[in-house]
Order: sequence, then structure tokens, then C-alpha cells
Amino acid sequence: MTAILFENVSRHFGSVRAVDGVDLAVAEGEFFAMLGPSGSGKTTCLRLVAGFEQPTSGHIEIFGETAEGVPPYRRNVNTVFQDYALFPHLSILDNVAYGLMVKGIGKAERRRAAEDALAMVALPGYGARKPGQLSGGQRQRVALARALVNRPRVLLLDEPLGALDLKLREQMQEELKTLQKTLGLTFIFVTHDQSEALSMADRVAVFHEGKVRQVGTPEEIYRRPKTRFVADFVGSSNVLSREQCARLGLNAPAASLRPESILLGAPADGQLGLTGVPIAASFLGPINRLTLDCGGERIVAALPAGTPVPATGEPVTFAFNRQDLHVMEEA
Amino acid sequence: MRSDRLDRAPLPLKISACLGLLFLHLPILLIFLYAFTTEEKSYRFPPPGLTLQWFAVTWNRPDVWAALTLSVKVASLATAIALVLGTLCAAAVSRSAFFGREAVSLLVILPIALPGIITGIALRSAFSMADIPFSFFTIVLGHATFCIVVVYNNAVARFRRLSGSLVEASMDLGADGFQTFRYVILPNIATALLAGGMLAFALSFDEVIVTTFTAGQQSTLPIWMLEELIRPRQRPVTNVVAMVVVLVTLLPILAAYFLTRDGDHIAGAGK
Repeated sequence: MTAILFENVSRHFGSVRAVDGVDLAVAEGEFFAMLGPSGSGKTTCLRLVAGFEQPTSGHIEIFGETAEGVPPYRRNVNTVFQDYALFPHLSILDNVAYGLMVKGIGKAERRRAAEDALAMVALPGYGARKPGQLSGGQRQRVALARALVNRPRVLLLDEPLGALDLKLREQMQEELKTLQKTLGLTFIFVTHDQSEALSMADRVAVFHEGKVRQVGTPEEIYRRPKTRFVADFVGSSNVLSREQCARLGLNAPAASLRPESILLGAPADGQLGLTGVPIAASFLGPINRLTLDCGGERIVAALPAGTPVPATGEPVTFAFNRQDLHVMEEA
Repeated sequence: MRSDRLDRAPLPLKISACLGLLFLHLPILLIFLYAFTTEEKSYRFPPPGLTLQWFAVTWNRPDVWAALTLSVKVASLATAIALVLGTLCAAAVSRSAFFGREAVSLLVILPIALPGIITGIALRSAFSMADIPFSFFTIVLGHATFCIVVVYNNAVARFRRLSGSLVEASMDLGADGFQTFRYVILPNIATALLAGGMLAFALSFDEVIVTTFTAGQQSTLPIWMLEELIRPRQRPVTNVVAMVVVLVTLLPILAAYFLTRDGDHIAGAGK
């Protein structure tokens, strides 16, 4: 079943087209990431689902029901905010129980539910404290518990890991993923961190200037970027120009080539080859990063550690499999 | 090095500071002193004797009670109006962007910056043009103009510190507008409103200028005192009342100070 459906949705703020003609379909039970640089419209899309924004034009459906005119408090979706937005005057337990309290659920029952939710995010016994007494990571978990206790059909996460340090972040990434699988909930996750999106999501939508540039599984996005922007944003891919493509016998506006697809040496059967001058090499542990100059264009190759690195200044031939060269739509 | 020098103020500075404080506060102490004097017609120093009889005399004077009741009623109602309107206005100015927001903010604060006499004359001519008879309610309206400012200033400072996503979080968790106000906004601005309300009450309680222009036959406590000074009859009664006014206005201001001292200042406390 389709959990969230966007049909040609736009949200304009004056002359700024924050979201511009977006079509999306998020399936039930999916971990869906909205990836893009800041100002690309991903957070506005999330706010459109939550109900904090209304579309300028287009149509939004949540589980088959039209969302237009439905206020946030009547939508069965909950949000984990970027700044967590915990109520500073309430205890942790009252924060978590807030959604149940405003729905009029009895004190004993909501207390039990809130304690269960806190246990689920590994914070049992923290109920009596105030948000100010918790660390960033703990607040993040409370925000998660506060949203999940309402049993939403869709959980919206707005850069929830942005404020955490790297180690905590990786730990939370795993926990979120596990939680999502256990609960079987639909998660929509907004992030500007491509590695986070690729490692956690079932599918990723790449946003740029208010438009969705590509939707696909992390592997599709990574291996077969549709446009130059996606190739650049999702990973440090080489983008070959129209001239370079022509040299390889391709008529395409641009093509992407992953650094790890490049092999040194003359092309074998079914492979394509190019010549370039190595201009820099650096050792990065598992790989050696080699930058080549191919007729004025830079191409980066990731060579497995242990293979010999050619000296800079001497022209070398390198090859790659035909299917590793991915033709893109526009330059 | 510098802090060492700053630690010790030179003697002349100390003396002038003390003189300044004496100049400010000695007259107030004298008012307190003459509330206990045995002499009725004029204030001689030192007082010929001390007595508590004026407290009993004051207690039995119906005109004092009438003025006091009127002042308390006016201050309460003006404060109540100011709390509602000032909070709504602060919410509008701090929570949304609209055309002319800065102008609205300035216009709301203006009544406290304008001399009271201007506010008074303006209100008086407006009331007579609209054929509204001067009454209890015209006094309340006059006082509300500057009471709103105090509440507004306190509330707007607190609203700015209140993260906007708290309101969204509350709505997201299923609370409608009223529940969000009741459970999230009100607890977070309550101390600011209490402080603003107390200041508004104190301002209204000792207001003279605007009141003289907007009152009909009624006298609020400060007006009554002014009249008493002109015709001397049981003069120390005025001093007893003055003591009460000082206490009634000082205590809320002190309370407001302690309620809001963590973080934001009491806007408009200087009037």
C-alpha cells in the first residue's frame, strides 16, 4: 500500500520555489530517505506531510486519504524534530506521554505506555528528569519515544542525527534501522548526509532546487545516477563530458564512472580504455587514490592497496568495463 | 591589574553616592515618620510626639476606603485587559511575519514613551467626541493603554526565547490550538505574564496624570491624596495611605524582579 503520495506538489514562498512539482510515492513499511543539500526542499516536503505547510498546488495523500486542509493534530504521522523540541517545563515521562495526555488517555495507562516507550529507546528510569538534564543523544531518544508512543503510521525524522557526534551517530543509525524493521513502520528520513541516506534507507529521493532528481534504491542511486548533480552529490564520481564520451564512441551528454571501476592497463575484451597523465597520488589505507589528467579533465581512480601506483607525469592507459560507464541525462 | 583599581572607589565618589541615595530615599522615610506624628496641621521637625492613632482614623474614613476600592478595581481590570491583549499582541508579533509588523510593535510601545499628559488629553478628547461619559470604565481604558505595554514587553521577550518548534511539536503530537496554549505556551510564559501583570497593576495603582483626564467624579487613591494635600484635615492620614501605596506597589515590583531575574529584564520597569 502507498503510505504517502505526492502528485505534482509545489510549495512556493513568494518567488522562492521551495518545492517545485514533486511526484513521490512512499510504500508502507519503507525506510525512505530524502537526500539533498540545504535549501533543496527536502525539509519542506517533510513539513508538507506533517501538515505544518500547505501545498501551493498539487495533491498529497496519506494512506489514500487526501491531506489538504487536515491540520497536523489530525494526521496519524509524528515527527522527530531536528532540535528535538522537547517541552522544557515537563519531565521526560510527561514529554513522552504528552500525545496520549492530549488524547485524553487515563493517567495510569499513559504512564505505562510512556515507560514502555522509554525502555524501547534504552532510557528506562529517566522519566523523572527534565530535558535540560539529558545529553544530546539522550534527548534524541526521548524525542523518538515521544513520537513512537502515539503509534503513528508514518514517522518523520528531520535530520535527527545532525546534532550528534560521529560515534553516537553511527550507533543511532543502526538502532533506528533496527527499530524500523522491528516495528514495521514507515520512516521518512531527511538528511543532507549521503552516506547516512545510502546506508540506512530502502529507497532514496535526491532533491535539488525543489525538484526530485532521482528516486531509487541506494545502489541504483550510487551506480546509475541520472544526472550530473546526483553523481556529484551522492559520491565522488567521475563525470565524463560529451567530448570524452565521444572519444569512447558514445553519443551522450555526460557519463559517470566510479573511481573504483578503473583498472590500470590496456583494455581487454568488452572493456573501454583511456589514456591519462597521473598528477597526484595519495594513500588512503584500503585504497590508493590516483588523480589523472585526461585531456584537461580530471579523473580519479581508486586502486586497491598493494597494486603498484604509476609515477606522476608518465602517461598511462587505464580501462573499465563497458557496463561501469553510466550514461546520464544532462551535463 | 585593572580590577584591583576598580575594587576601591575613591572617597569623594563614595560620599556622593551616599548623598545621592539619601536624597532619593530620605523623603520617603520622612513620609513614613509623619504617619506617626501627633501633630495634625503642619509637618514640624522633629515631630512633637509619636502615635498610632492615625491608623485607626484612616481605617474609619469612608472616603479612603472608596478611593482604595476604586484604585484596586481599576488596576485589576486594567491589568486583566492588558494581560489578554498584550499577550495576544506579543504572540502575533513574535510568532509570525506580516506586513507592518515593526510598525505595530512600535505603536504598541508608544503609549509608555509618550508623556502621560498627551495620552490623557488624547483620550479625553476622544471620549468626549464619541460622547462617552467619564466613568469607571474610561479610567480603566486609560490605564490599559500603558498596562498593555508592560505585559507586551515581558511576553514578547519570553516568546522570542520559546522555540517555535515546541508549538509544532505539540500540534504534531495531537494537541489542537487550545491544548497547545494550555499545556505548552502558557506554562512557558507564565512567569513573564505574572511579572508583567504585577508591574501593570503597580503602574495603574499610582497613576495620576492619565487618571485626572479620564476620570469623572471618582477619585482613585493617588487623586484622593492630591486633593488631601490641598485642604489640610487630619494630615497624617495621607501619610498612612502613602505608606500603604508604597507597600502595595513595591511588593509586586520586587516579586516581578525575582520571578524574571533569570535571563530577561523587566521591560518598562523604569516608568
